This record gives sequence, structure tokens and C-alpha cells, in this order.
Amino acid sequence: MANLNRRNFIAAAGAAAAAVPLVGGAAFAQEKIKIGFIFLGPIGDYGWTWAHNKGREAVDAALGDKVETIYVENVAEDASAIPLIRDLAQQGCKLIFTTSYGYMDQTIAVAAEFPDVKFEHCTGFKRADNVATYNSKFHEGRAVLGTISGKMSKSGTLGYLGSYKVPEVVLGVNSFLLAAQKQNPDAKLKLVFIDSWFDPPKEAAATETLINLGCDIVTTHTDSPAALQILEQKGLYGFGQGADMSSFAPNAHLTAIEDIWGPYYIERVQAIIDGTWASADTWDGMKEGTVVISPYNKAVPADVVALADGVQAGYKDGTYDIFTGPIYDQDGNLKVEEGKVMTMAELAVIDWFVKGVESAA
Amino acid sequence: MDFLIAAIITIVGISTPILLAGLGELVVEKSGVLNLGVEGMMLVGAIAGFAATVLTGNPWLGVIGAAVAGALAASLFGFLVLTLNSNQVATGLALTIFGTGLSSLIGLSFVGRIVPQFGSVFPPELARDPILKVIFGYSPVVYFALVMVFVVGWFLKSTRAGLILRAVGENDLSAHSIGYSVIGVRYAAVAFGGAMAGIGGAYFSMVITPMWAERMTAGRGWIALALVVFAGWRSGRLLVGAIFFGVLMWMELNAKAGGLAFLSFAQYIPSQFWAAMPYLMTVVVLTLISMRDRVGLNAPACLGKPFVPAT
Repeated sequence: MANLNRRNFIAAAGAAAAAVPLVGGAAFAQEKIKIGFIFLGPIGDYGWTWAHNKGREAVDAALGDKVETIYVENVAEDASAIPLIRDLAQQGCKLIFTTSYGYMDQTIAVAAEFPDVKFEHCTGFKRADNVATYNSKFHEGRAVLGTISGKMSKSGTLGYLGSYKVPEVVLGVNSFLLAAQKQNPDAKLKLVFIDSWFDPPKEAAATETLINLGCDIVTTHTDSPAALQILEQKGLYGFGQGADMSSFAPNAHLTAIEDIWGPYYIERVQAIIDGTWASADTWDGMKEGTVVISPYNKAVPADVVALADGVQAGYKDGTYDIFTGPIYDQDGNLKVEEGKVMTMAELAVIDWFVKGVESAA
Repeated sequence: MDFLIAAIITIVGISTPILLAGLGELVVEKSGVLNLGVEGMMLVGAIAGFAATVLTGNPWLGVIGAAVAGALAASLFGFLVLTLNSNQVATGLALTIFGTGLSSLIGLSFVGRIVPQFGSVFPPELARDPILKVIFGYSPVVYFALVMVFVVGWFLKSTRAGLILRAVGENDLSAHSIGYSVIGVRYAAVAFGGAMAGIGGAYFSMVITPMWAERMTAGRGWIALALVVFAGWRSGRLLVGAIFFGVLMWMELNAKAGGLAFLSFAQYIPSQFWAAMPYLMTVVVLTLISMRDRVGLNAPACLGKPFVPAT
């Protein structure tokens, strides 16, 4: 733990001395295998990157005597990521996790230059012999949040604070609303994309906008607790994203979707140590423990807790899937027939919203 | 009516920090210095204000801490560009990088902390009234920003000190030759700009979202810089510009959520258009101003140039 603090300190001190983005870690042990991480936001965002960094820390805790983890945070999802990924490979990393959808092509490009280095790209779909992909079924968690919202919303109008229109977010929107409509068939959803994963002032303004448009529960698919703080001020409800954010909004925070990456990271790093690593596409969820629901707020009534627990249990034993037909799109066209269940391949590229989603974008 | 009141409150929230930082930068630029480090100073102010509030339990001391920290960061910039004559553009960019890193470093021990909030400046009944809150329901920082619009305008236009500051910005050699301390005036202006940017940053970490997160200003410092140009270096227009920028973001968010249905044309405009508008408008205004003669442009003549008195 002392080691970790020291590493964080070095990372930030390096930035203070004018290096940006922050480059964490320093090589001080030759025999350890290096594992690299490319992070989208700051590790202190309390959300997406925070959760990935927890996964990295889990690797340190479990395999710290055999491996050394290094990371770069605040890496933009554009061409500027390429030299940073390449730099990790040149520093001798044997396995590099690139932890956001927007690094997909950059990861493939660098992987072609370093056939001996293994890469793992989070939430992408392009693979190679030395590039694996992994994802988490966040939408299973969204179905739990939607179930709670459908029961607890008085207005029946739900708000959704989105980042970008990428399949992960579209899945989240659809899963959330479909689950809410199971509890309240008239439930509808207002959707705002803020075109950023992390912009607390804009997240706050967008949340106010959704509230002004009649939403009494707003769920977020961006990475800071800003929305929850606004909801707390207004006496309304919302959910944490990526991590338990209840300390920021003890009354508004009904529960949260927590991303638990540690077990997957440990497994993959172990495979590098054992020499058994192979490219694969892993999409775990609630069953595997990648998606976890935080403790419920006491404001959630017992009958709603029972419903939410039922959804969780259903996902764990495979008896529940929110993407079971009939499902209609925004314009009322039947997209999934009665009784049919959407396949993971279909979900991975979904680009349409279900009936009841109100959005201009 | 409720919709309108809620809209005004949201817009004020978006506009206040860029107004504060913009007013500071306006004074800096009027003195002939270009400080591109606004984003960095805002971040330093955001963490300093947050930290001071956590440590003292008093948000007023927090705001003072933010102003002092912003002024200190600016003074470092001042030392480099005024005393050592380093390049203002490069040094300003370095200040942003430095401020980002420094705020992350200081912020490490403040992650996840909660700060006490400002009470209402007016009687709580007024601040909570569904209609009157549109006038009385804001954080004290908002009223401070509005007062400063008039103070800065009055200072630059009607005071002897403001006249000297403008003279230094327009013709530093002449001001120097009649006995004014060009460097001293510019130091004061730069420190004031830093203090205002610091308070603007603290508005994020203490009022809008009372928490510390790295890079939480998310580029607002750059908008503040654009705002100064947009305003043609006039404080009144800066206020109008800040509100205009706020309205545009409000339009963007509402257009996306389908809340502009009452504007029949709005549904045909992609929401990204509203997001791009502040920058488009800055370009348009710049073009319009520069079509007029140099006097109309109103930019201080010595802006960005180092002061090297003839020996």
C-alpha cells in the first residue's frame, strides 16, 4: 500500500513538473513482468477510470510480487493515444489494457508493431492474434436501475444523462427504459448526450435541464457524481455509475452499478505469467461478478427491493433477459418478435432506441 | 413560467464561472499581458477553494483561499513573463499544464471529501420562493460576479488607476517615460486576473458540484479566453457574452432532450450546432471587428509584447 501511494505521488509530482498526461509508475524491479494500462480519465473521477484503477490495484495486490503495473491517465480518444500506447510497449510491458472504446483502432495499430506484446481492448470489437477484447454487461445493471425507477418515479418521466451514442450507452438506455416499462407501461425517457465522458459542469447543467423537463429520476452514463449532487439538492433520485457514489448524495443515491474489473485483470495477467494467454472476446456480467449492484438506499421500499433483487437473481441464473421481445423502436416498428431474445452479437452493435425514448439527437 | 425560471437559474450557473475568469483576463489583457493560463489558474482555484473550505469549515475563507491561490499561480507567470521576459503564449500554456498537475497533486488527499455550503445571502424565504428565487436564490459568488462587472467597467473607464492601466496596455514606452511603473501595473493586473480565475474555478468545486475531481473545469478556462475576445475587451459586453454562452449551452442540452419542441425550427437543427455556436460566434465577431479599423478592434496595442524599456 505504501508502494502504491508513493507511485501515485510520483505520478502527480511528474505532472506538476509539466508532464501531461500523467505518466504513472517508475521501473524499479527488473525481474517483474510489466503490465500497462491506458486510462481515459483521471483515476480520481469516482467512475469509469476509478473502477479500472481499482482493477489495476487488485492486480498489484494479488500478483504484486510477480508483476508491476504502470498506467497513463487522461489519454484522449484520438491519434494522440498511439504514441502513449507505443510508449508502454517500448517500456517493456508484456500486456497492455486500453480501457475505452475510443482506443480501438489505435490499439490495433500499435499491436501490429509489437507482435510479442499482448493487448486487451475494453468494449471494442476488433481483435487480432495479440489483441483480445473484453466488456461488461453493464446493461444488466441498468435493468435493475430501470426496475427501481419504474416503481419509484411519480411523473413516469425518467431522465438519462448519456455521454456518446455508442452501443454500450444505447444498450444502457434501452435496458433501463424497458425494465422501467415492465413496472410502469407508460414510462418514458428523456435522453441527453453531453458529448463527453467527464465534464462535471456540463453534467450538472444537463441534469438540471432534465429535471426542468419533468424527469424525477435521472440516471447517468457519464463518469462523475455531478448529476447526483444536483439531484440531492432538488430532493430527487438517481444512481451512481461505475462506483458507489452514495457519499456525494446520501439521499438521492438509490444504488449504483459498480464495475468490478479486478478478477478479470488478475486472470489475464496470470495467463501472461503462465504463458497461456490467447486472444479472446470476453463479455462478463452479473453472473461472473463484473457488474455489481451497490447496497440500496433506505428510501427504496421493500417491495421494490424484492423486484430489483429478482432481476439480479434472474441474470445470475440465466432466467431473465430484458432484451426479450416484443420490443418496438422509437417509431413503433417491431424490432424483436414476441418471445425472441436478442443475441450478444446483435446487442454489441445496437444503434436504435426503444419506444418511449425521447431524444432529438 | 416555472420553465423560464428554471432556465434562468441553469443559465446563471453556466455563465458565472466564465464571467469571473473572463473579467480577470480582461483586466490582464488591458494591461498589455496575454495570459493563456486561465484554465490552470481555475483548477488551482478550484482545489484551493475546496481545500480551504474543508480545512476551515468556512466557505467564505474557501473563496478567499481560491483567490489567493489563483493570484499566486498568476504571480509565478508574472515573474516569468514580466521580470524574465519569457514568451507570454508559451508561458501561459505552461501555466495551464502546471496548474492541472499541481491541482491533481494537492487534490489527492481531498478526493471524496464533502464541503459545507454557502448559506443564502438573502432571507431563506426569498431564496426558496418559487418565483423570487430567480433573483434571490443564488450563491453569493454569483452576486459578487455581477458586482465585479460594474466595478471592472468603472475602474477601467473612470478611475485614474484604470487610465494608467490602459495606458500601459496601449503604449508601455510612453507610460514608462512619464514615470509609471509598467511592470508594477502589469504585476497587479496579472495577480487580479489570477484571483478572479481562482474564484471562477472555486465556483465549480464549491457551488455547482461541491466536490473535487481532477480537471473538473473541463476546458471552461479556454471559453473564458474566447469570451474576452468576443466581448471586444469591454466588461459590459463580457456579461452579455457570458450569458449568451450560457444560453447556447442551455439550448444545446434542451434541444437534445426534446425540450425545444415549442420552437418549431429547433427540431431541424442538429444539437451539435448549439455546441459549436460559441466558437462560431467568436470567429464571426472577430471577423466583424477586424473589418473595422484598428481602433474599433479595441485590443490593447501592447497585448502579448514584452516590455523592454530603452536604456
